[in-house]
Amino acid sequence: MLRFLLRRLLVALLVALAVSSISFSLAYLSGDPAIAIAGAGGSAKDAELIRELYGFDRPIVVQYADWIVQALQGNLGTSYYFSMPVSQIIAERIPVTLLLGTASFIVAMLLALPLGIIAALKPNGLLDRIALLIAVSGQAIPSFWLGLILIVVFGVWLDLVPISGADSWTGFILPVVVLSYYALPALMRLMRASMIDVLQANYIRTARSKGLGTTTIILGHALRNAVLPLVSVAAVQLGILLSGSIVIESVFALNGLGRLAWESLLRSDLAVVQGIILILSLVYVLLTTLADLINAWLDPRIREA
Amino acid sequence: MKLERSILSTVLGATLACSSLYALPALADKANDTLNVAFAAEPEALDTYKIAGREGLILARHIYDGLLYKDLDSGEFKPALAESWQFIDPMTIEFKLRHGVKFHNGADFSADDVVTTLNTVIKPDYGTRYQISVDWIDHVEKLDDYSVRIHMAKPFAGAVEMLADALPIYPHAYFVEKGSAGMSAMPVGTGPYRLVEQTPGVRYVLERFEQHYAGSPKGQPAIKHIVARTIPEMNTQYAELMSGKLDWIWRIPPDQAAQLERRVNVVNAPIMRISYVNFASAANNSASPISNPLVRKAIIHAVNREQIAKVFGGEASAVLNSACNPVQFGCEQDVARYEYDPEQARALLKEAGYPEGFELDMTFAAMPRPVAEVIAAELDKVGIRLKLNENQYAAAVQKWREGSVPALFSNWGSYGIGDVAFILSNFFGGGEDDQINDQEVAALLQAADTANDRELRQSNYSQALKKIADEAYWMPMYNFNINYGLSADLNFTPHPDEFARWWLASWK
Repeated sequence: MLRFLLRRLLVALLVALAVSSISFSLAYLSGDPAIAIAGAGGSAKDAELIRELYGFDRPIVVQYADWIVQALQGNLGTSYYFSMPVSQIIAERIPVTLLLGTASFIVAMLLALPLGIIAALKPNGLLDRIALLIAVSGQAIPSFWLGLILIVVFGVWLDLVPISGADSWTGFILPVVVLSYYALPALMRLMRASMIDVLQANYIRTARSKGLGTTTIILGHALRNAVLPLVSVAAVQLGILLSGSIVIESVFALNGLGRLAWESLLRSDLAVVQGIILILSLVYVLLTTLADLINAWLDPRIREA
Repeated sequence: MKLERSILSTVLGATLACSSLYALPALADKANDTLNVAFAAEPEALDTYKIAGREGLILARHIYDGLLYKDLDSGEFKPALAESWQFIDPMTIEFKLRHGVKFHNGADFSADDVVTTLNTVIKPDYGTRYQISVDWIDHVEKLDDYSVRIHMAKPFAGAVEMLADALPIYPHAYFVEKGSAGMSAMPVGTGPYRLVEQTPGVRYVLERFEQHYAGSPKGQPAIKHIVARTIPEMNTQYAELMSGKLDWIWRIPPDQAAQLERRVNVVNAPIMRISYVNFASAANNSASPISNPLVRKAIIHAVNREQIAKVFGGEASAVLNSACNPVQFGCEQDVARYEYDPEQARALLKEAGYPEGFELDMTFAAMPRPVAEVIAAELDKVGIRLKLNENQYAAAVQKWREGSVPALFSNWGSYGIGDVAFILSNFFGGGEDDQINDQEVAALLQAADTANDRELRQSNYSQALKKIADEAYWMPMYNFNINYGLSADLNFTPHPDEFARWWLASWK
């Protein structure tokens, strides 16, 4: 188990390194950062000065090495745009993203599991059809549009919740609804498919013939096996939700990490982009590792292999 | 994705407009004496000297004051932190400073603040964003506690313009101790509002500064609090405005403004920014068709700019003929005009030796794609096959300066300043952005930019603009205007420099 963990940690570091070096070089493709920082009215002279002050005149490899050395010492650099340490900006924005991401994930899972199971009990039955409808519309409706419609109905007409902003927890209700609805279909469909597979297994037939009740069969025997593929997908889904939905954050003015990364990329605030990407890639690796561990715990076969 | 979004936005806009049938009347936060405003873009750190975007600059102008102030309604410069000023000689300005001015932290304003602030921000390693705003100052000298002299590094006709609120004065002790990052974290100025709370880039709370100096050209504000938030999605801003939770938004696209008008107060006002197509005639060798003036004239004749300005610009937009905004000082209007005339365009192309037309790359940045596509369609009719490249602004400018872009379609805001010095020299003055390299024009501009004699300046700019039009170096497109969305309770007057002056706003 320790070796498994150590190997995972090494992979995590390599992934983070690879992602950060790719993102570092990609950031340069969107244009000279010095010109972007100089702004729409900046002259060539302004850009030249910025190039010197921020060290953009050095070779990219040197800049990257410099960044890595600093990052390893826990210094993610300073945002030119906010004149603040990157770590401080991320610390300010990350609570919104964490709250939105985890809440949406929990809601999506709480709906996906029972809906998927119910749908699997009678494939192509009425309940399955209803679940399918929910899934298809969840996939088909663009989340920004759903968000705006909910804003019009619950924020403007009924005036029940705040339209935007993260000033109170009520501001999270609509975005969580939209984001969990976005994450729901994949989880639910997978739960359903996996459960249908498991229910056809021999040991389930045995359990039935023993005269066990449906609830006992589902919860006691089928679920543990059916949930295995879901764990891996759920980890990735949670990763997606945590890396911040740029669209949802924009629509509800939540100003979390996703939007910050996007905006920082547009204005060439490279230190912030690098910092966020580093953190998010670590989160991803952590989640997939966690998923492997959960699967190993759920399924003895994985542990022994 | 973009198209899909715009269609859905339109549907939604219609839904929002219809919602007026059901919704209760919007109530502004008048009861709490709080002006709620929103920007789509995040404001930068609040050290004015490092800010490039309008959002941060607007907030900063509420917090800080400059030595002078320009009253845009009368066009006059007024005393602000300086009570009076005069040119001792063409390179020296002397200021008598105002007594009894307090900073937000209780410090008294004096000559030390002016000397420390300006002598700090002119140093290249301070990293002042727009060098043009400070590179004309050599140093500032203290004469006594309430008088200073600015010694100029070079003659600069825009000096007084710059001193009018663009170069704010910081409290010297605080500034020396905290530096630029400290000023951004907790700004301290003499302005009509003080910052009481900020989540950088997200939310800012300003409160009226009750000790704002008597005699300030900004006056004493009527509204006590301002809460500024970043709301990136315009549709969300509309919803907030309609439900009365916002009182002020801006930069509403023309098509959506028309729909919103039924529900909220929409005000349209022209601004300094103009759009243009720049032809790199010198950077391309003579083999390039664009280096032929006949071809450039043909291009301008081929594009129905009148129609484009009407459809994409909005009601306050008009076609431009000279390479500047007509409201700017020195923007000569009596220049060669190239009316929409495809026949003439074809004839010119034939005369230039391109009866079959040719292929041309055009890069565009910070302009809507549909406008670029209309230009391409118009040119196609006369045989010029335009290849469009959409770029981020930085990438486009980089290529332009390298000389690898024959035509660039973008826009320029002149820093919101009503003087052609802030547009012409950048594009025609011989610097890196000048891919035309007309020595005669550059010399005229150089002389005009450094002269104090207004008549000489006017005459030089006029000659330069006439030549620019005669040679068709530019295809000036149209001037911009913007739409503001206001709550029904709010009195607000927009200004062409795009600096919202909330200190002048009041409740109805």
